[in-house]
Amino acid sequence: MESILTINNLTKKFGYLTAVKDLSFTINKGNVYGILGPNGSGKSTTLGIVLNVVNATQGGFHWFDGNTSTHDALKKVGAIIERPNFYPYMTAEQNLKLVCKIKGVDKSKITEKLEVVGLLDRKDHKFRTYSLGMKQRLAIASALLNEPEILILDEPTNGLDPQGIHQIRAIIKQIASKGTTILLASHLLDEVEKVCSHVVVLRKGEKLYSGRVDEMISSHGFFELKAQKHDELIKVLENDASFGTIKIEDQLITAFLNESMDAPAFNTLMFEKGIVLSHLVKRKESLEEQFLQLTDN
Amino acid sequence: MLRLLQLELQKLLLNRASKVLIFISFVLPFFVIILSSLRIDFFGFFTLELGHYGLFNFPIVWHITTFFASQFKFFFAIVVVSMIGNEYSNKTIKQNLIDGLSKKEFILSKFYTIVFFSAIATFLIFIICLCIGLYYSSINEVSLIFRETEFLFAYFLKLVGFFSLCLFLGMLVKRSAFALAFLFVLYILEWIIFGLITWQANADIAEKIQNFFPLKSMYKLIDQPFQRIAISKAPNGQEFLYDFAVHWYEIVIVMGWTALFIFLSYRLLKKRDL
Repeated sequence: MESILTINNLTKKFGYLTAVKDLSFTINKGNVYGILGPNGSGKSTTLGIVLNVVNATQGGFHWFDGNTSTHDALKKVGAIIERPNFYPYMTAEQNLKLVCKIKGVDKSKITEKLEVVGLLDRKDHKFRTYSLGMKQRLAIASALLNEPEILILDEPTNGLDPQGIHQIRAIIKQIASKGTTILLASHLLDEVEKVCSHVVVLRKGEKLYSGRVDEMISSHGFFELKAQKHDELIKVLENDASFGTIKIEDQLITAFLNESMDAPAFNTLMFEKGIVLSHLVKRKESLEEQFLQLTDN
Repeated sequence: MLRLLQLELQKLLLNRASKVLIFISFVLPFFVIILSSLRIDFFGFFTLELGHYGLFNFPIVWHITTFFASQFKFFFAIVVVSMIGNEYSNKTIKQNLIDGLSKKEFILSKFYTIVFFSAIATFLIFIICLCIGLYYSSINEVSLIFRETEFLFAYFLKLVGFFSLCLFLGMLVKRSAFALAFLFVLYILEWIIFGLITWQANADIAEKIQNFFPLKSMYKLIDQPFQRIAISKAPNGQEFLYDFAVHWYEIVIVMGWTALFIFLSYRLLKKRDL
């Protein structure tokens, strides 16, 4: 598979603080990647390094096949970091013209990209009059100007209202459906779960997991149960080898599966044992629960 | 190169504040020079006509006008300092780099703009000098008219050097107001060091050392027009042996500082995490 970004043993220290520690991973063409991590886990620093605004202490990275200089490679990359940064006294169109000049692309794309993010009717308004959601959408339009091979988004929905978040997500999904590689840094797990196919989990600058999202959520799931015969149910579950850990909160019993079993089969089994369930839900761990387990301690 | 210049010009000319300052920095010196070249009548008591004192004769007009025009460089200095300060406060410097501008290109685009504006300013001064000079001077021989035009080159160099210093200070402190304050501090510092050397050694050595300092060396490029006027007026003017010419070593010193400031700005940006 064609690689777009390769990071090798990257380390960044800010004085005594190690923001990124010996990090390595590869971004391949066509996938949607998520970088997950709590605040201060080194997500933005990592992106800052590969985007040429932060200097690495050790290790390195290369774009594409490694034969292009970083600033030339960045002309084929679209990136938004934290807050949208534009010249407040210029209109949206003027700002995008400036970006076109930097990236060396034709100005004809401006109208098309403003259309994609729904800002075409506001193109002659000054940037400083925009709301945060509009600024963020303009940033996406700007990142798309050069038809990038990879789109890098650092917490694109941060600070937005629900409508704004929804709009941004819809745009991201639309872009992803066209086959553009996306690298999305976020601490919002459902965002990553909804959009990404691959994930890199960071904690305190170290890589905890890197691989497919569905492999990360690899367990057989669990049952949430309630029954009149509470104690009997627990006894049956404890004696059954199919179940591992059993957690009890008030009347709610959570039983984790060791092997796959579907809800009808379980219900039948209980019926045979003479236990009538008043509540039965089969679930899989969400990315959130997996993530909390990984980043715990 | 043209691309980098266009980039910076768009940033500057769409900003109202810098547009006004650029306009002032071009127009004000000419306004003052033209006004001073006019004959002013003070209600019949006396008439002030500077041209009458031979201030606008060739070749002294090159010296006088470049000296006075360079006093107005402060307006464009504000523009230079704020074009760095704004990039930092809007964080657009970060966005520019992410969009694919290299750090070298970023500094170069600022430097080209400085050179561009200095060149325009020099050209305008040239035109205005020529007009005033031709009006007041009876000389009409081309070789005599263009004698001492090295002051124009000195003026250009002085502007480029001074704005490069502003660029460096802007990169150093990231905020326009502080950078201008720094410029003032540097000016005072040069005189404090001058004072200290005078105190330890003597004024002669101190002056020689001070001539190597950035601000003083830029001043030295075009210096002492008043003495020159005095000499030309004094009956036995040959007794005052003032040195007012543009010397090659003065040019070299200022060029050295310019190169150093641009290089240091680049180094600073390269080392810095944004």
